Amino acid sequence: MQVSFVVNGKNQTLSAAPMKRLLDVLREDLNLTGTKEGCGEGECGACAVIMDGLLVLSCMVPLCQIQGKSITTIEGLADDANLHPLQHAFQENGGAQCGVCTPGMILAALYYLNNPDEAEDLREALAGNQCRCTGYTRIFKSVEAVGRNEF
Amino acid sequence: MHDQFETIGKSVHRKEGIPKVTGRAIYADDMRFDGCLYGRTVRSTVPHGTIKEIRFNPGFPWTEFTIVLPEDIPGKNGVTLIDSEQPFLVYREIQHLAEPIALIAHADRELLEKALYQIEVDVDELPAVFTMDAALERNDIFKSYLIEGDNVSDNWLDADVIIEETYGTGAQEHLYIEPQAVIATAIPGESVTIWGSMQCPFYVQKAVAPLFNLPRERIRVVQTETGGGFGGKEEYPNLIAGHAALLAWKSGRPVKMIYGRREDMWATTKRHPSRTHIKAGFKRDGTLVALDIDLVLDGGAYPTLSSVVLSRATLHAWGPYRCNCTRIRSRVVKTNSVPHGAFRGFGAPQAIFAIEMHMNRAAEALGMDPAEIRRRNFLRKGDRMPTGQVVKDELDLGCLMDRALELSNYRHKRSQYEQANRDRGQKRKGIGLSVFFHGSGFTGGGEVHLASEISLRLTEQGGVEVLAANVEYGQGTNTVFAQIVAEACKISPDLVRIHQPDTATVPDSGPTVASRTTMIVGKLIERAALELRHRLNKPEDFRSAASQYLRQHGTLVVSVRYEPPPDIYWDETTYRGDAYAAYSWSCDVAEVEVNLTDYGARVTNFVSTVECGRVLNPALAAAQIEGGIAQGIGFALYEDVVLERGAMKNNQFTNYIIPTTADTPDIHVEFVEFPYNNPGPYAAKGIGEMPIDGPAPAIASAVAHALGGRFINEVPLLPERIMRNIELGSDPLLYQSFGADPELRK
Amino acid sequence: MSFEVVNPHSIAEALDALSAEANIVPLAGATDVMVYLEAHSLRPCTFLNLQQLPELKPIVPGSRSVILGALTTYRDVRTSSVRQQFPMLALAAREIGALAIQNRGTWVGNIANASPAADGVPALMAYDAEIELTSKDGRRIVPLSRFYHSYKQMDRRANELISAIHLPVPQSGWREYFRKVGTRRFQAISKTLLAGRILLSADQTVEDLRMVLASVAPYTLRAVQTENVIRGRQLTPELIEEAAEAIQDEIRPIDDVRSTEAYRRRVTSNLLREFLATA
Repeated sequence: MQVSFVVNGKNQTLSAAPMKRLLDVLREDLNLTGTKEGCGEGECGACAVIMDGLLVLSCMVPLCQIQGKSITTIEGLADDANLHPLQHAFQENGGAQCGVCTPGMILAALYYLNNPDEAEDLREALAGNQCRCTGYTRIFKSVEAVGRNEF
Repeated sequence: MHDQFETIGKSVHRKEGIPKVTGRAIYADDMRFDGCLYGRTVRSTVPHGTIKEIRFNPGFPWTEFTIVLPEDIPGKNGVTLIDSEQPFLVYREIQHLAEPIALIAHADRELLEKALYQIEVDVDELPAVFTMDAALERNDIFKSYLIEGDNVSDNWLDADVIIEETYGTGAQEHLYIEPQAVIATAIPGESVTIWGSMQCPFYVQKAVAPLFNLPRERIRVVQTETGGGFGGKEEYPNLIAGHAALLAWKSGRPVKMIYGRREDMWATTKRHPSRTHIKAGFKRDGTLVALDIDLVLDGGAYPTLSSVVLSRATLHAWGPYRCNCTRIRSRVVKTNSVPHGAFRGFGAPQAIFAIEMHMNRAAEALGMDPAEIRRRNFLRKGDRMPTGQVVKDELDLGCLMDRALELSNYRHKRSQYEQANRDRGQKRKGIGLSVFFHGSGFTGGGEVHLASEISLRLTEQGGVEVLAANVEYGQGTNTVFAQIVAEACKISPDLVRIHQPDTATVPDSGPTVASRTTMIVGKLIERAALELRHRLNKPEDFRSAASQYLRQHGTLVVSVRYEPPPDIYWDETTYRGDAYAAYSWSCDVAEVEVNLTDYGARVTNFVSTVECGRVLNPALAAAQIEGGIAQGIGFALYEDVVLERGAMKNNQFTNYIIPTTADTPDIHVEFVEFPYNNPGPYAAKGIGEMPIDGPAPAIASAVAHALGGRFINEVPLLPERIMRNIELGSDPLLYQSFGADPELRK
Repeated sequence: MSFEVVNPHSIAEALDALSAEANIVPLAGATDVMVYLEAHSLRPCTFLNLQQLPELKPIVPGSRSVILGALTTYRDVRTSSVRQQFPMLALAAREIGALAIQNRGTWVGNIANASPAADGVPALMAYDAEIELTSKDGRRIVPLSRFYHSYKQMDRRANELISAIHLPVPQSGWREYFRKVGTRRFQAISKTLLAGRILLSADQTVEDLRMVLASVAPYTLRAVQTENVIRGRQLTPELIEEAAEAIQDEIRPIDDVRSTEAYRRRVTSNLLREFLATA
C-alpha cells in the first residue's frame, strides 16, 4: 500500500505492507532511529511520537492509517544548531540516564506542555512513559523548568 | 569543603547527554549492516527432559535459513563465567523452560517468526524441582557458606528474649527499557566481532572465545550505547552474543539478535528468590546478643553467578549491627527454573530485607521504637563484623539515621499516624525505616584477581582519552571518569574523551558491576591522570603542554593497574578478613498509605540519607539513588514474577508492574559525610547498588505500621497478600502473629 | 504473510466489504489489534480500515440522546462537552492506558474487543448505552447490557459494523460512582471495576440504580440480580450488607496471572459498599 505523509516537516511517500507499524516505518524506511521499541505492545511509551498534534504510540499505528498525517519525532525537535527547550532542560537537570525512554518521554512532555488541560497533572501526563533508571524525579524537574520558561 | 576542587563535587552535565536527548545515541538495534540476518532461538517448552529429536517440518523453505544445532559448535559448548556448566545450546538434558536448543537466522523477520512454529522438539520429560525445599531435600546445592563469629555458643544464655522468624523475597525482573540486543559478524576460522548492549565486554570475550576455539584476542567485543542493565546485562550477554556469533559464523553474514520483550522476560535472568530464617537473642534493653541466620537462595538451573550472589548476601546478612555471637549459614540451591542472575544489589536486598524486618519484629516484641533498637546496636569504628573485619570508618550511623528521621519528621508522623489509624478509616497510614550498608567492589580477593587496568592517552586536541572497559548505561560512568581526569590534570571535562569500550582497544578494567566503577576503576584513572600530568611536568596549561609533547614525541599513554589497599586481608577458605575495602551506609524512611477497600499500598513519601564518601557529582549520585529507590519500591509493592514451572508466566509489560510516574512519590535524598577514610578516588565510594537494598524493609515496615503493627515477612506486598494478611493469614510463609509474644527464656 | 487491508472511502463501501469478505475485521484505533499482531495471536484476516470514514467521527449532541460515532476516541469524550452530561465516561476514559492510548483508542473498539476487563464498556453500560449495528441489510439497535452472552461472544453478525453508540441523556438526580481497581494507578488492567449509578428519593429509597462490573465474569456484567435486591428499598447499612453478599452469587471471578478469585470477591463487595455508602 502506498502512503504519503509528513515527518518532521518533510514529505514522504512509500509503499509497504498496510499493517506495518509506524515505528518500523520510521526506524527502517526513514532511518530515524531516535524512536525506540521497548515493548511492542503499547505499554512502555518509548515509541511515542506526535501525529497530527496528538501523542500516539508508533508501535500501535499501522501504515494504512498514516495517510496524509503529519508526524513529529525526537529528531524533529532540535533545529540544527539549537536544542529544543525540553532537550536543554533534560540535559541540565539530568532527566536522561540510559536514554532509551528519553525520546518518548520528551515528546510526551512536549504534548503535555502544549495541551496542559488534557491531564490533571504532570504525573498523569507521563504515566504512559515508563522509566527504569531515574525514579522520575529529575524528569519532573526538567519539564517543570520548561513550564516555568526557564529554558 | 568542596571549594578546593574545580570539577569534583560539581554536577557536571552528562557527557553523552546531548545524543540521548536528541535521539542520536546509537543503540544496538539502531546499527545498520548490509546483508544483515536476524537470529532467533528455539527454546525448550518443558522444564526438564532429554531431547530425542529436533524436527524441521518439511515443506518449509529451510534451505534459505541458517540453522545452528549443538553439533555445529566449533569449540566448547559451555558459557565460561565462573564455571562453564551452562551450555550455549542444550545437547543432553534440558534443565529449564526456555532453554536454548537451536538457532535460526533469515533476512525476513516475519518468515523467521513463522519458522519457529515449524520446528518441533521431541522430549522425554523428566520430573522437575521448583521449590527451595525440594532442592534442599535432594541436597542440590550449588554453594554454601558458613560464617561463625568469634563467640558462637554461650551468648544465647544471656538473651532475655529470643525471636525467631522466616522471611521471603521473590524474583525480580530487570525490565531495562532496551531489551537484550547484540550483532555479530564472523570470519569463520579467524575472528568474531560483537556489538551489543552489555555491562562487561571482556566477560563476553572470555565466554565466546572457547565457543570457537579461538584465542581471546580474535574475539572483538564492542559495547554499544546501552539502555539500562541493572545486572541483567552482566552475564546474560555472554549467551546471546555466543548465539549471534554462531549464526554469523555459519552464515557468513552479520546477524542481529534483538529479543522481543516477551522473550526477554521469559528467558533471561531474574533476581534470586530468597528465604531467610533468623533467630536472634536480645536483652530487654534491646541489645542484640546473639544472631543465627540461615539464608537460602534459589539459583535456578545452572550455577552462573549464584556463588557470588550468595557471597554478598552472606556478607550483608547481619546488617549494620554489632553482635558478638553470630552464625550465618547460607546456601544457594539448584532448581529447574530459568537461571537466576545478577540484579542490582546482588543478594544484599534479600539479606537486608530479612535482618531489617527482624529488627522491627524485635522492636515490637520489646515495646521499643524501631529507631531506638537500631541505635543501641549500630556498628561503630573499632567494632568487628562477624568476618572479623574491623570497622575503620568514622562511623556515626545514629547521626545518619537521625538526619533521615529529621527530614522525614518520623517521630511526629509515627504517633500522628497511629492516632489517625485508631479511627479505623478506610485509609491507614504508616511510616517505617531501614538502615543498611553496601560493600564497594568485588569481595575479598576479587579485585586482586580481576587485576584491572586502564590507560589514558593524550588526544590531538591536547586533551585526554580514557581507555577503560567500564560501560555507561545511565549511571554516569562517562561523566565521572571525565571529572576525575579533569580534576587531576586541571583541565575542563570537555577535553576528556571516553573511548567506546572495545576489547580491541581498551585494557580490561573489569566488569561494570558490584558498585566498583567509581571507587576501584575511578581510582586507577585518578592515579593515571596524576601520572600523566606529572609526565608533562605539572603544567599550568595542560592543553598546550600536551600538544607540545605530542609534536615532540608522537603519543603519550599511561597505564595503571590495580593495587590492593595495603591494609586489606581476606582469607577465601575461612571466609574471614576484610570482605570489602570500603562500605557505604544509608538510612531510608518510607511513608505509605494502605487503602482497605482494595488493600493496595502506595508510597507517599521517601527519604534517604546516604554516606558514600565524597560525592563526585551530586546530581548523578542523587539520580542513582532516586532510580534505585524506585526499583526498590517496585520490589516492595508491585513487582511479582509469577513463576510457573520455573519460568516467568506474566512476561509482558502489561502484567509485570513497575512503578509509573503516578506510583512514585517525591524522593528526597541527602548526602551525609563522615570524615573520609577510603581508597576511592578523591575518597569516593560506591553507590550504584545500595539504594535498592533499603526500600523493601522500610516500606514493608511502614505497611505493618499502617496496619497496627501487624507482622509482615515477605515482599512483594501485593494487595492480595495484604488482604490475606489482614483477613485470613493462611499463607504458609506468612507467620500469623497479631501481637503474639516471642519465646521467652528465663 | 501480511495481513491485508481494505480502505473504504464510504460507509456503503465498508458495508459491502463486510458482506463480501469472509474473515474481515473492522479496524478503528488499532490499539487492541496491534497488540494481537505483536503476539502473533491472530489468524490471517483482512482488516477494514475505518479511519477514512469521517461520517463515523462526530459526537452528535441531542436533548434526548447523544450519539458517539464509531471513531469517537476516549480523548474525544474527555475533551468535549459530553463529559458534563456523562461524567463517568470521562472518569473511565482517564483510566484507560495513558494519554497516548486515549488519543487513539475508541469506545466502539472497546466494545468490539469484548474483553471482560474492558474499562469503557462498564461506564457505557451504566448509562444504558445502546449499540447501533449497521449492515448492507439494514440497521438495528441493541442494548449494550444485552450485547454479550459469553466470553468474547457478542451479538454482532459477521457483516455488521458497530456504527455508533446511543446514550440516552440521563435525567437529573442520579449519583455516580466509578472505581477501577488495577495493578497500579494508570496503565493497568483491572482486577475488578464497578461503574454505578443510583437515583435516591428524599427519604433514601432507591428509586433506580445500575451496577456494572468488569473482570469478575467472562464478560462485562450488569449485576441485575443484585440491582433487584436493592431497587425500591430503603438504603440502610443492613441493605448494603445484604447487597454485598448478594453480589457474591452473581459474580464468577477467577484466579489468573494478575489476581485471585478471593481478592476479586472481597474487593468487589468493598466497592459495592463504598458505592452505596457514598450515594
